[in-house]
Amino acid sequence: MSKLKRIVKRALSLVGPAALACGLAVPAVPALAQGTIKVGVLHSLSGTMAISETVLKDVTLMAIEEINAKGGVLGRKLEAVVVDPASNWPLFAEKARQLLTQDKVAVVFGCWTSVSRKSVLPVFEELNGLLFYPVQYEGEELSKNVFYTGAAPNQQAIPAVEYLMSKDGGGAKRWVLLGTDYVYPRTTNKILRAFLKSKGVAEKDIDEKYTPFGHADYQTIVADIKKFSAGGKTAVVSTINGDSNVPFYKELGNQGLKATDVPVVAFSVGEEELRGVDTKPLVGHLAAWNYFMSIKNPVNDDWTKKWSAYAKKMKLANAGKPLTNDPMEAAYIGMYMWKQAVEKAKTTDVDKVIAAMAGQTFKAPSGITSTMDPKNHHLHKAVFIGEVKADGQFNVVWKTKGPIKAEPWSPFIAGNDKKKGEPDGKTIVTK
Amino acid sequence: MRILPTALPFVLGLLASAALAQDAKTVEKLAFGDSDERVEAVAALVAAGDEKSAALLQALADGELYTAGKRVLIVRGAGAVDAATGAKVAPLPEDREEITVNNRLRRELGRALAALKLVSPGRDARFAAARELAGGAEPAMLPLVKKALATETDSAVKPLLEQIAAALELKAGDREARLAAVRKLAASHSPNTKTLLLSFLEAEKDEDLRIEAQKSLREIEGRLAWGERAGIVFTSISLGSILLLAALGLAITYGLMGVINLAHGELIMIGAYTTYVVQNLFRAHAPGVFDAYLACAAPAAFAVAALVGMALERSVIRWLYGRPLETLLATWGISLMLIQGVRTIFGAANVQVENPVWMSGGIEVLANVVLPWSRIVIIFFAAAVLAGMWLLLTRTRLGLFVRGVTQNRSMASCVGVPTARVDTLAFGLGSGIAGLAGCALSQIGNVGPDLGQAYIVDSFMVVVLGGVGQLAGTVYAALGLGFANKLLEAWQGAVLAKIAVLVFIIFFIQKRPQGMFALKGRAVEV
Repeated sequence: MSKLKRIVKRALSLVGPAALACGLAVPAVPALAQGTIKVGVLHSLSGTMAISETVLKDVTLMAIEEINAKGGVLGRKLEAVVVDPASNWPLFAEKARQLLTQDKVAVVFGCWTSVSRKSVLPVFEELNGLLFYPVQYEGEELSKNVFYTGAAPNQQAIPAVEYLMSKDGGGAKRWVLLGTDYVYPRTTNKILRAFLKSKGVAEKDIDEKYTPFGHADYQTIVADIKKFSAGGKTAVVSTINGDSNVPFYKELGNQGLKATDVPVVAFSVGEEELRGVDTKPLVGHLAAWNYFMSIKNPVNDDWTKKWSAYAKKMKLANAGKPLTNDPMEAAYIGMYMWKQAVEKAKTTDVDKVIAAMAGQTFKAPSGITSTMDPKNHHLHKAVFIGEVKADGQFNVVWKTKGPIKAEPWSPFIAGNDKKKGEPDGKTIVTK
Repeated sequence: MRILPTALPFVLGLLASAALAQDAKTVEKLAFGDSDERVEAVAALVAAGDEKSAALLQALADGELYTAGKRVLIVRGAGAVDAATGAKVAPLPEDREEITVNNRLRRELGRALAALKLVSPGRDARFAAARELAGGAEPAMLPLVKKALATETDSAVKPLLEQIAAALELKAGDREARLAAVRKLAASHSPNTKTLLLSFLEAEKDEDLRIEAQKSLREIEGRLAWGERAGIVFTSISLGSILLLAALGLAITYGLMGVINLAHGELIMIGAYTTYVVQNLFRAHAPGVFDAYLACAAPAAFAVAALVGMALERSVIRWLYGRPLETLLATWGISLMLIQGVRTIFGAANVQVENPVWMSGGIEVLANVVLPWSRIVIIFFAAAVLAGMWLLLTRTRLGLFVRGVTQNRSMASCVGVPTARVDTLAFGLGSGIAGLAGCALSQIGNVGPDLGQAYIVDSFMVVVLGGVGQLAGTVYAALGLGFANKLLEAWQGAVLAKIAVLVFIIFFIQKRPQGMFALKGRAVEV
């Protein structure tokens, strides 16, 4: 054993300078061109979140295939390592560790729920990995090792509530904040509560409610909403996540609660989640996102076509009716921005890629040129509010004039004014 | 005024004959204006009140109104007419865009159309229109409502119209009219009236009027409170019926036969997936009778789950009788295999099971209580399954054998009961009932490979709480848990309710390990 070691050592001492010379003569490319770059995909393919996350895995694979077709990154092909954390939060951390230590991936694209992101975060920080997180979330977090390509609260929740308060949105006076019981809805509702109060809404006009993950019986909740709405013009802000949305919307439809009476604006319901629902009774309910499939522009036309061709080619489960949605767009943007950053940094080294990410731009399907903020690891995004149409698509009824900069530290949470809008080596996470 | 939007084809016939000449300015405002201008245009069209205006509004509500350059078109199928001039437009312009309607406009449109329909010849149309307007009418509609009231004779529509008129006069009328209106509103059943009176109380200065309004408000609130109580009772029974369905099969396999079957949830899941397959077959081969697919799906779900159950019993469980720990592990393993099997065949994502039309929507018993059809059907279905099972166990030879074998296996065997076959059949029966539960659950919840996991704990909870071996106990436990859960949920929210119920059961089982109803008398065979 020791003999072998010695031989290897000697061989290395001989080859080393030569390689160094080589490296000096011909810049890094030939050395990098060997093998593939491994890319981790960490999305639940089963369990309560599979309804939302499966397509994110697919769209990430599509982007990888596109990039490979054009010659890969730095002359190397990308190789996806797909794992299934099964909507099980501790398993997310285990799988993340496996991706970083065993598979040695250069970057991971993954997570949907904030609780899954919170459980992988220590792993990424400990091992200095790189995570692209493609879903709108509650803010209150800024890690050097994470890029957030979804919306922060000021890019989704706050504009949506402002819209509902406006004349066009129905001029809501009373608010039901309804969510699944975990960190994203709780924090979002905390921010919204503070925001509503700043707009003069009284405590008695806000009703906050939570249900467990996978909750299926929304009879009482819908009856309560009805009762609450008798006290004045009411709007419901729903942060229900996962497949619970199907029984919730079914119950809304069955109990005849129409959008013209009590509009429901959802932050986690897009085209994909409405697939399993009869949307005719839901016409007019709202969703706030930074992208809708129905947005008309050449980039989006092109992208939806590509996706539908990919879905057909791969015979995906729903290839008969391919849909795109906001987190898919965010995942797609994230993949391309990472590619551009790697090309700029000329390496997949995490620290160098992080530095190169600042200020990256990408022509997004939402019709804007998405910019990665130079400092705060979030994208500048345009906000759209859409109403559900009978065919399950959304009709954009309101949008911001241009991209909005993300505020991960919401000014509506006490103490946030002192926090810096950029990671400073250490993570700053409010517990 | 006689030809109304319900007779839309006829109206469109008129359109085609180019009789239409809208006020061009109103049409322009409706198509190109901002929201405020559009709402004004809708109001102007209601004030005009003729059939052309009604047709235009209906077209907008149905998404048939398009813009093409500066023109506004009503597009229906392949044909189009210019909304302003009534002239035919052919061919359809390529650059046409649908005029989008948002919630605010949709609300205004709904009310406007309802107001125009108040004098429709059909009683149902008038009733629907009055119901729509009861949700909130504009003061400008008062003349229309009064006109309708003058000719209305129907006993259901007239009181509604009176309520609407009263609500409008409350906002606009003089003191006498307001007083009369407040008194009239006391008869209302609607939560909207409560809202209206509350805002009236905020603005009104007149003391007499305030007192009257408060009196009316109290009356309405009393009525609404009854509705709420009725709602809680219904949701409790509904939840109870679902728990009962999920647990009934287990009441046989665990309760009577003593098999700790952790794969019970997966048998429910198999029933749900069978429903999904049958639904797809109907959609593909007999779309005409799609709404009847459940009639076929229920027996199929029973049969498939029963066959899977019998196969399990024959191949695995039979060798483990009397060894509960091994049974527990084996059935748990089987459950994992079944989940993975379904995942491999159907994919990990949830599949969609569509409700037939007759199970969508609900029936309004009171203004604030709507009972969804799907829940009502499931309550009756659970009752029917329970009755069927009871008859089978108490009135048939097989039932007699099952009871005989479970009470005293060796004695039953001695008198010639084929115990092995009875075991298989009984297990098949329990599994089949689980399949029926899956068929029912597919109508209200998600159908995915993990469906069973959500119900296995609940099922055991019901059977253990009710008392193992007791059918009646299972029924009481299911309904009891339904009520406990819903009352707690109404009081403390869904998350705490779930926890509280579990804590309660832990304490209950500590106090009474045998459950609510224990078998008395000689010991049952272990």
